[in-house]
Amino acid sequence: MTRPGLYGLMAEFSEPAAVVAAARKVHEAGYRKVDAFSPYPVEALTEALALPRSRLPLFVLLGGIAGLAAGYGLEYWASVIEYPMNIGGKPFHSWPAFVPPAFETTILFAALAAVLGMLALNGLPEPYHPVFNVPTFALATKDRFFLCVEATDPHFDLDRTWSFLLSLEPRVVSEVEQ
Amino acid sequence: MADAADPGLARDATPAPPRREELVGPGHDFASVTEKISSIVLQRRTPWGWFVGFAIAFALLQGMLLAVGYLLFVGIGVWGVTIPIGWGMDIINFVWWIGIGHAGTLISAILLLLRQGWRTSINRFAEAMTLFAVACAAFYPVFHTGRPWLAYWLFPYPNTMGLWPNFRSPLIWDVFAVSTYGTVSLLFWFVGLVPDLATLRDRARSKPWKILYGILAMGWRGSARHWHNYDTAYLLLAGLATPLVVSVHTVVSFDFAIGIIPGWHATIFPPYFVAGAIYAGFAMVLTIAIPLRKFYALEDFITMRHLENMAKVMLATGLIVAYGYMMEAFMAWYSADTYERFAIWNRMTGPYWKMYWALILCNVVAPNTLWVKNLRTSVPYLFFMSLVVSVGMWLERFVIIVTSLHRDFLPSSWGIYRGTFFDWSAFIGTLGLFSTLLFLFVRFLPAISIFEMRTILPGAEVEEEHP
Repeated sequence: MTRPGLYGLMAEFSEPAAVVAAARKVHEAGYRKVDAFSPYPVEALTEALALPRSRLPLFVLLGGIAGLAAGYGLEYWASVIEYPMNIGGKPFHSWPAFVPPAFETTILFAALAAVLGMLALNGLPEPYHPVFNVPTFALATKDRFFLCVEATDPHFDLDRTWSFLLSLEPRVVSEVEQ
Repeated sequence: MADAADPGLARDATPAPPRREELVGPGHDFASVTEKISSIVLQRRTPWGWFVGFAIAFALLQGMLLAVGYLLFVGIGVWGVTIPIGWGMDIINFVWWIGIGHAGTLISAILLLLRQGWRTSINRFAEAMTLFAVACAAFYPVFHTGRPWLAYWLFPYPNTMGLWPNFRSPLIWDVFAVSTYGTVSLLFWFVGLVPDLATLRDRARSKPWKILYGILAMGWRGSARHWHNYDTAYLLLAGLATPLVVSVHTVVSFDFAIGIIPGWHATIFPPYFVAGAIYAGFAMVLTIAIPLRKFYALEDFITMRHLENMAKVMLATGLIVAYGYMMEAFMAWYSADTYERFAIWNRMTGPYWKMYWALILCNVVAPNTLWVKNLRTSVPYLFFMSLVVSVGMWLERFVIIVTSLHRDFLPSSWGIYRGTFFDWSAFIGTLGLFSTLLFLFVRFLPAISIFEMRTILPGAEVEEEHP
């Protein structure tokens, strides 16, 4: 059971090990719409929440291939097809000379794919998010660790989830308004 | 709960492994690290020294604007460049600045991949240094074109003239290398800043700053899902920036090595330029780090170990550079080529002999004092050495560019180069631009990466459970 306007329940911890242990138990209890919040990357949380592998490396690979094709294609098209010029008797298709710019565009496109892909996968920029309604949530960027179970989770029940979260010994459990 | 008031202080002092203690002063926890770094931006009164330093830097920047204004009005004839020395201080300074930038990327990317924990407190401002150095560097070739308002002709784009750049020219490679380097450095720096901008957003007291940092933080909330992608992105960026940084100074060295001028046409140029870039860059990082830690009392975060490690990198790369000089001279002799032999002999004994031997003193003799531990761990000495190295690397570029060009094949076309007032004012002006940007950066953004500092604190790591 839930109530309208409720985004979820947020448990607050002061130790990284505590939030990892809690995340593991919440996951074992069958909750899937769970997220943890920490002031620095805690690798064990990824494992505790059983997060899938990031798709980002694929994006970056595709970005790099696109960059290579775009860079080399541009050089080939400009130097061989559109504007062939005899420069010092070098062939129009001077592939060794085309390597440095094509290399740079490969890196450029891959790096752009990494940053834009990371932002896209994370749904950022996101001007509003319900978790910021928790008054102490500002400490998530300082020294506090949070675990949020969302109300849309099929296992979610306001009272039972609340007491389950309390059993994990957080500092406090609070309701997160939409 | 016992630690309700301040969980940070209540954290029991578990003894940390000694390696980590040296990277962060004792007694720090998540809260105190956050507090100390963010308070420089948010709460602490701006020290009077900041205003004095900023005023000087800003005055130099105004001087640069005057020098550039006159340059645009009259043309690059106001510079000392002439035939046969078509590349003068503008290109010397371009190479000098772009080289300095390399240490920032080395610290943020290569040392990250090598899991060097000591990079953590120095990477942020070293990356900022990279960005500002690239900005200063880019100024020179753009103005060297003579018609900087047409500098966009360097980029390939469809135009009514039906022209395309010549991709066989290393100068076009330079356009691609430097613009990619600038862009990727900016991305890397900004991605690293996002979690810290969120910290500033959450800790800022006044509404306008909260909104400003909030916009820049893009709604970062430290979600585990976000960190997961974030870490992957950060690592991949490091992996991409590593070959990039090596390629940039390689391409810069191709500007010379592809030419047939005696003294330039050498295969040793790429590795020796890259080593020189890192050498110069670490010197600049030390030049910035030493006053920064002193004036903002950051000795807990930028410890003696950081300074000593940087001195060691400087020593190692300095030795590679010295090897480069030796090989240059050896290959000139061994090639049995009259012009190559003459170019080196002319460097050592010609009109610019003082520059050459000053360069040997600064880049070959002086860094060897860093073998001595007492000197390597003396802060004033390191600061002095960092300036010596910066001067030495400037001289290196002077020697390579000017002495090779001023006497090439035909004695009838020999000449002498002298930097004019406008050469020097443009150079000092970019020093002003660089320091102005640095002062603003230290004042408005966290100069040390807060979230990465948290990760190296004792108690930050949580053991993964493997069933």
